[in-house]
Amino acid sequence: MDTLSSLADGFVIAMTFQNLILALLGCFLGTIMGALPGLGPSNGVAILIPLAFSLGLGATPSLILLTSVYYGAMYGGRISSILLNIPGDAPALMTCIDGYPMAQNGRGGEALALSGFASFIGSFLATWGLVLLAPQLVKIALAFGPAEYFALFALAFATLGGVSSTNQAKSAFAAMIGLGLAMVGVDTQTGVPRFTFGIVHFYDGIDFLVAIVGLFAISEVFIFIENRHGSADAEGKKVELGRLTPSWKTFWGSFPTIIRTSLVGFLAGVLPGAGASLGSFISYSMEKRLLDKEGTFGKGDPRGVAAPEAGNNAAAGGALVPMLALGVPGSGTTAVLLAVLLALNITPGPLLFANNPDVVWGLIAALFIGNFILLLLNIPFVGIFIRVLLVPPRILMPIVAMVSFVGIYGIAGSTFDLVVMVGFGALGWLFRKMDVPLVPIILGVLLGNNMESNLRRAITISDGDWSVLFSSPLSMTLWAISIIGFVLPIFVGRFIPKKAKKLPETVEEEVSN
Amino acid sequence: MISKVVRAALAVAAMSLAPVAAQAFEPENPECIAPANPGGGWDFTCRQVGKTLQDLGLIGSTMQVTNLAGGGGGVAYAAVVNKRGDDNDLIVAASSATATRLAQGAYPGNTMDQVRWVGAVGADYGVIAVAAKSPIQNLTELMDQMKDKPSSIAIAGGSAVGGWDHLKVLIAANAAGIEDVRKVKYIAFNGGGEAVTQLLAGSVQAFSGDISEAKGFVDSGDIRVVAVLSPERLEGDYAAFPTAKEQGIDAIGANWRGFYAPKNMTDDAYNFWVSKIDELYATPEWKNVMKNNGLAPLDLQGAEFEKFVSESVAKIQQISRNIGIIK
Repeated sequence: MDTLSSLADGFVIAMTFQNLILALLGCFLGTIMGALPGLGPSNGVAILIPLAFSLGLGATPSLILLTSVYYGAMYGGRISSILLNIPGDAPALMTCIDGYPMAQNGRGGEALALSGFASFIGSFLATWGLVLLAPQLVKIALAFGPAEYFALFALAFATLGGVSSTNQAKSAFAAMIGLGLAMVGVDTQTGVPRFTFGIVHFYDGIDFLVAIVGLFAISEVFIFIENRHGSADAEGKKVELGRLTPSWKTFWGSFPTIIRTSLVGFLAGVLPGAGASLGSFISYSMEKRLLDKEGTFGKGDPRGVAAPEAGNNAAAGGALVPMLALGVPGSGTTAVLLAVLLALNITPGPLLFANNPDVVWGLIAALFIGNFILLLLNIPFVGIFIRVLLVPPRILMPIVAMVSFVGIYGIAGSTFDLVVMVGFGALGWLFRKMDVPLVPIILGVLLGNNMESNLRRAITISDGDWSVLFSSPLSMTLWAISIIGFVLPIFVGRFIPKKAKKLPETVEEEVSN
Repeated sequence: MISKVVRAALAVAAMSLAPVAAQAFEPENPECIAPANPGGGWDFTCRQVGKTLQDLGLIGSTMQVTNLAGGGGGVAYAAVVNKRGDDNDLIVAASSATATRLAQGAYPGNTMDQVRWVGAVGADYGVIAVAAKSPIQNLTELMDQMKDKPSSIAIAGGSAVGGWDHLKVLIAANAAGIEDVRKVKYIAFNGGGEAVTQLLAGSVQAFSGDISEAKGFVDSGDIRVVAVLSPERLEGDYAAFPTAKEQGIDAIGANWRGFYAPKNMTDDAYNFWVSKIDELYATPEWKNVMKNNGLAPLDLQGAEFEKFVSESVAKIQQISRNIGIIK
């Protein structure tokens, strides 16, 4: 009850007129930044820091503004994923897989609304998790040593088959390319540069945002240019906007998915080395394993949209746990927020809840408020966003190209990144021609480094003894899940496809829609 | 939209400044490059110094912070040397990590005399810590165990192998009489926070980092600082930490934070920045920032600072040669 009364105090702090305006502003700007490819949550927050400082805001109002941007960007990322097949930021990657097909089938409005609800429920549950469990959850983070992290990343790759329904060999090939690209840069375990060819820009490795925007956005532009003289542009896409809200059946069909993936996403967010991208990835592949008995995932299954969105928004909330309770950022964005806290002379860490309760509870109350504002903003906006689909490609594509260039240049102010981005665009174009899925490449780039570093840390600590990878109950559990996740679908899919239909979840008949 | 607001604010500020600018050098658009992504130490240095300079009225307009990440600061260094060599409005955040990389030749083709070193705004002294429940009580015990059985102690730090957190341990190990420092088992994590977490999780036996990274966990009673690598005991909250020196191990490791500026900036401009950093350093507001962030005194500006950086570069080169990072 102590917690609840502290939370009530927090609401008193957050519910001032100024703070509500800041939350509204933050949510609005965040949604836009999330939706623009290249401008992700961490850039969004970083861009607004000077504003918070020059307005002379105090600690709590600054945090309210910046976390609203953070949550807003997590909502916004899905918009371009669904409408354009271009992830607005890394965690929204998985939303492309089913979101874009839904939009092509004239269900874009439904996809946006449903993912909006899923985002809301994900963050809502995660914020409650933050309120009730933050001190206990720290113990989960502490249970993960290097060996356990390695097992977790291995789990993510073992379930890779869930990502693309087409050709498994091509998926594996794409993941290998991604892992290879992740190796570029100075190796932290030896301090030696690898695959940098003496070019200093490669020392920090390849920024995954550059890879995402190149592979998805720029290659889309190339494809458009290639088909310019063909029939595609002349007649224009016959776009159906469809209904703007999901039917109750669709919503309830996705509801168990949303609850499950909120939980998974939240836990992934709590782990400092994992983060929102891993949360949405595992959420999606878990749901695909559980529910995809008719092969509808990847072809516009609403549950495939709900799963990653609930997962990544829950992870965004979860990532605040280690940031506040340990002072350890769980993601790029929380690293920026951490810097803001430090600049405001607030030291996050084990004593933050005791020393600065007004800041913490004001912030948490603001998260609840921001979340409601985002739901209210996003649902009516669906009608506006969806009109993007009506914009003819000859106008839309130059805008996409422009936004991509501006966004990527904005990250580090480097023209080199732009060259790399165009390179990735060409690569993406080639891979699309060859039907190689692009998502596993990004996953490789995103997760490869962490996976490798943790393996090597574990092995170094144990003096080269590989058994350390299987020594704790937690890591054995993770390995067991990976093996089951990898092997089972092969057998289940091949020999007993009918039997699986007995599972209660499969009663939903989304295919008939 | 936002940039418009900022630009408008800058324009207003610049106009109000115009009469002052006629007298002496005054940067029109003061800019600080943080050679890393938002959220790190360099970013903090730029933003905190920029904010405090403006709050105190030492600069007339908002310091624009540009994040120019890449190559562990090498991209920014090359950009300043090659493209912005005569920019009077620019300073760049730097730290021991900059000196370390310059020493190890990790900025290909660049050396420390290609820029002008402006001044330091404080130093984070290194600490070596163990978990609160560890049987190891002091630095001597830790070093003895590392001597007897090097493989039994894994030390976590937030920088890469060869980076500053690693070098600090080696400086201490060297001073404690460990001959072959290559046997010291150092595990690199992504930042001090992750390294401390792994110390708490029991994956590693010791932690090497900056005092600011350790502070929160010392206050909460989770970790024990066995040594701070400062010449004498620090002040205030930190006075309880024993120095390495008083335990008979003469090792000092300070992660300084400061700035460099383009080589060909005018002397007026250089003197302007040196004196502003000097003035900033003397204010109670900055003292307060230092106190809150665990920054220890390091009051070096202009020529003195230039000398300090060149000495530390030479020292790091020597250690790096010993451990085989450079030949």
